[in-house]
Amino acid sequence: MDIFLQQLINGLVLGSIYALVALGYTMVYGILGLINFAHGDIVMVGALVTLTVTQALAGSGLPAPVILLIAACAAIAVCILLGISMERVAYRPLRRAPRLAPLITAIGISMLLQYSAALIWGKQYMPMPELIKTDHYAVAGAQFTGLQAFIFLLACAVMAGLLWFIKTSRIGQAMRATEQNPDVAGLMGIDTNRIISFTFLLGSALGALAGVMVVLYYGLGHYFMGFMLGMKAFTAAVLGGIGNVPGAMLGGMLLGLIESLASGYIGDLTGGVLGSNYRDIFAFLVLILVLVLRPSGLMGQRVSDRA
Amino acid sequence: MLEVRGLKVAYGGINAVKGIDLDVKRGELVTLIGANGAGKTSTLKALTGLHKPISGHIYYNNNEITAQPPFRLVRQGIALVPEGRGVFARLTVEENIAMGAYSRVDREQIAADQDRVYALFPRLAERRRQLAGTLSGGEQQMLAIGRALMSRPQLLLLDEPSMGLAPLMVHKIFETIRAIAAEGVTLLLVEQNARLALEVCHRGYVMESGTITLADSATALLSNPQVRQAYLGE
Repeated sequence: MDIFLQQLINGLVLGSIYALVALGYTMVYGILGLINFAHGDIVMVGALVTLTVTQALAGSGLPAPVILLIAACAAIAVCILLGISMERVAYRPLRRAPRLAPLITAIGISMLLQYSAALIWGKQYMPMPELIKTDHYAVAGAQFTGLQAFIFLLACAVMAGLLWFIKTSRIGQAMRATEQNPDVAGLMGIDTNRIISFTFLLGSALGALAGVMVVLYYGLGHYFMGFMLGMKAFTAAVLGGIGNVPGAMLGGMLLGLIESLASGYIGDLTGGVLGSNYRDIFAFLVLILVLVLRPSGLMGQRVSDRA
Repeated sequence: MLEVRGLKVAYGGINAVKGIDLDVKRGELVTLIGANGAGKTSTLKALTGLHKPISGHIYYNNNEITAQPPFRLVRQGIALVPEGRGVFARLTVEENIAMGAYSRVDREQIAADQDRVYALFPRLAERRRQLAGTLSGGEQQMLAIGRALMSRPQLLLLDEPSMGLAPLMVHKIFETIRAIAAEGVTLLLVEQNARLALEVCHRGYVMESGTITLADSATALLSNPQVRQAYLGE
């Protein structure tokens, strides 16, 4: 029982991070029909910028929350700039091209970001200076830290805000209209290019935030970290129904839970043959199962209602 | 109000529109009739900026508007009710209508115009909280027209408003088109139902494989033997 509860808590934290990243995939897919494979690397850049700024300010005597806030703002700013330029330079010229062209471009951008990061930050793991001593709390035999609670609550608040924004704001409505029919959205007076830029802005900002959380949680960053994280978040988006915003949130949380619980029990189930270091297989098992059993995802639209 | 000179439109190497001239004067009702694939929809797409023409010029109120993006043209008073209606299926009726006023900021006037659209189409008022995708074809057409009116167009372009609708609904839609014209909106109507279109409009153009073959008053076209044979089924 205590393993279950413990892994449930860990899963929610992991799921929060997956969900934030999955939103970037799903929003861009919804509006452009493009799987932006470079999105995971945006998260990586966000993480490494956070590390750099934190390392630089660690000895400055500023209070830890202020350092983290500055680092997070820097990460978000860099990622937004990167995301918007990526769309403008690489994807927009291919808007009317066959689907394969932007997809291959996305993979290219992903590599470009990875190896640029390797040049800038090097290939070694970068440690996060320990700024905050986190408190431990116990519930019913399981433990969680203040940091875990913070990540989970912040992610939930951000996602609630996003849903509200998309539902009620003028830009949110324009995003939904553009997603459903970009030509007609243009006829309504919506500058669809701006809406698409804005979508990349939102996705990149959420990705940067996820990057901040990752370095806080794991205390490490690496130029290749975006790959696996991106693949899993993409899986989460597919699980929820790619293109569906609440779906990405649900998919992210579920994938985090599945991965945590499965890796918590895998040792017992296989009699010790496989350990929790095999945790990565679960995400992709989920991906395969979803694609086979329910390709439209848990909350995905049926194609037919795209009248 | 609208002057088109030498307009050519191509889709992936196929010339859909091969250099047409077309005029619509303020307050006129003009129709563009022709068979499937004659280039009518391509013409409207070029006029509204949805598809860039390969050559030719489009003037609106004496300003050249060729190849301007759609969102700029809406702000100048050109609205299109697209072929197949193009409602946002996963937005509610209310939200669809609100999208029509996206380019405007005058809140009170928008609310008043919304009431006018609901008065014009009481069916839409009954279904305002329903998703547009759940409406019948006729209701979606009403929604598409109502939504276009929300931008307060001076020039309204309609692409096949009768397509796929039951006769009673076609009648209702054309009645509405007359009412809109009576309010002083200039109309360019693309239709396959040539008889209905010519009965409503002042002038007509006949389009055949990318060129305009006839241009005359609607009454003259209605009695033109060629038109009668080819488009009126006689």
